[in-house]
Amino acid sequence: MTINAQNKSYSSPALEFKSTMFSVPVLGVASDDLILIEQVLNEKIKLAPEFFKHSPVILDFQDVNKKQLTIALDALLAIIRKAGLFVVGVRGGTDEQHQKAIDLGIAVTANTEVKAELPKTPKIITAPKDDVPVSDDSTTVLITKPIRSGQRIYSHGDLIVLAQVGAGAEILAEGNIHIYGTLRGRALAGVQGNIHARIFCSDLQAELISIAGHYKISDDIQGAVSNTPIQIYLQKNALVIKPIA
Amino acid sequence: MARIIVVTSGKGGVGKTTTSAAISMGLAKKGHKTVVIDFDVGLRNLDLIMGCERRVVYDIINVINGEASLNQALIKDKNCNLLSILPASQTRNKDALTQEGVGNILEELSKEFKYIVCDSPAGIEQGAHLAMYFADDAFIVTNPEVSSVRDSDRILGLLSSKSQRAEKNEEPIKEYLILTRYAPERVKSGEMLSLDDVQDILSLDLLGVIPESKSVLTASNSGNPVILDEKSDAGQAYGDIVARYLGETRPHRFIDGKKGLFRKLFGGG
Repeated sequence: MTINAQNKSYSSPALEFKSTMFSVPVLGVASDDLILIEQVLNEKIKLAPEFFKHSPVILDFQDVNKKQLTIALDALLAIIRKAGLFVVGVRGGTDEQHQKAIDLGIAVTANTEVKAELPKTPKIITAPKDDVPVSDDSTTVLITKPIRSGQRIYSHGDLIVLAQVGAGAEILAEGNIHIYGTLRGRALAGVQGNIHARIFCSDLQAELISIAGHYKISDDIQGAVSNTPIQIYLQKNALVIKPIA
Repeated sequence: MARIIVVTSGKGGVGKTTTSAAISMGLAKKGHKTVVIDFDVGLRNLDLIMGCERRVVYDIINVINGEASLNQALIKDKNCNLLSILPASQTRNKDALTQEGVGNILEELSKEFKYIVCDSPAGIEQGAHLAMYFADDAFIVTNPEVSSVRDSDRILGLLSSKSQRAEKNEEPIKEYLILTRYAPERVKSGEMLSLDDVQDILSLDLLGVIPESKSVLTASNSGNPVILDEKSDAGQAYGDIVARYLGETRPHRFIDGKKGLFRKLFGGG
């Protein structure tokens, strides 16, 4: 389910890191009643046993934490394992839950948007990547200087660029992208799968635009609009480029 | 403290060495003690253009390896005694340069000189990286042609992320554009990118436009920086660049084509 765009791949003869994107079901936990959970889980699996067979899942504790319920992670994992699923990650948990997951060898998928905000836990501010200036709201990245060829900017939330994006540059955001300059490079919004993300741009001459994995390259864009402010959004799995009236 | 200027472009053959030679000579002629360093280890050219190739005994790699002192390697220019040249090695490759070695050399030169001009090699590898790493100012030399502009854009990206100033989170390197080999007639006929086209992509502080000129080749071949040829258009253009860099305001020239006598008489444009 995740594409970690910060990863660079270094090739070596024996080992190679690659970024890839695939979907993983997320199991939202909303109750602390383990018996009920087991019952609901088995009912769901019965609907499509082949689909769920040995499937990796990610546990989301956001709802259960919102209700301020505590849940025994070990017991929950045993139930899920018994049902034939593999828990590969957790998210939306408290620091304590995340630490416990790590101790059990389960990844914590970073996702600031679903990070549980319990009354007593201080807000976690992720360190800015790529030395980009970050506005007060930690999820929005603000860039004031031109983005040059070969540069890559990633935002965990929205991305606002007050200058041009050069050909050969790449900007990625989990949320929306706003460009108040010419876009000549690549812009990818909703890279974690947010299909409601949009790209706004005052002059579109892009090499590639993408929302939640649906993309268009310059040949498909050309002639559509240029030198006029536009927005790009996803409608029925197709990218729509429209001037902003 | 000295001001370190890197002359860089990404692409080869656009006029980095010609520009380095000209501006370092220009700064020295204006009374500033200047040194120009050739970072193009393995393909050294600066000494040829400065006309001192016969006087090269030690080079920057000898200094880095401790085989010679900096003063032994520095060559005083024949035209201007405020200008020194630190040549590159012709027999080694670019990996012989080390960040520590270059840092030490620049630090020592900073004590004595006002301006240090670093002539970067083409490309984005070790030599080019070290030439720009310690810079305060960057002169981006670009030809009005798409691949050169694209490479300059790439270099600008590296300047803002891979330099000492970027790593220490200091004030970023000041970037200037020098557009070389500009031929207004060819821009008019659409064969060449215009200054506006280039600035549309790079949007930099324009230091000056150097017109395409025979005097550049003549100067290179004779080992005299073109800035010394004050009658030539390119020489004057480099003179303007040095003056602008030092804070003078001079109107930009050589952007529009020369007006012929006929046009002058009839006021056509």
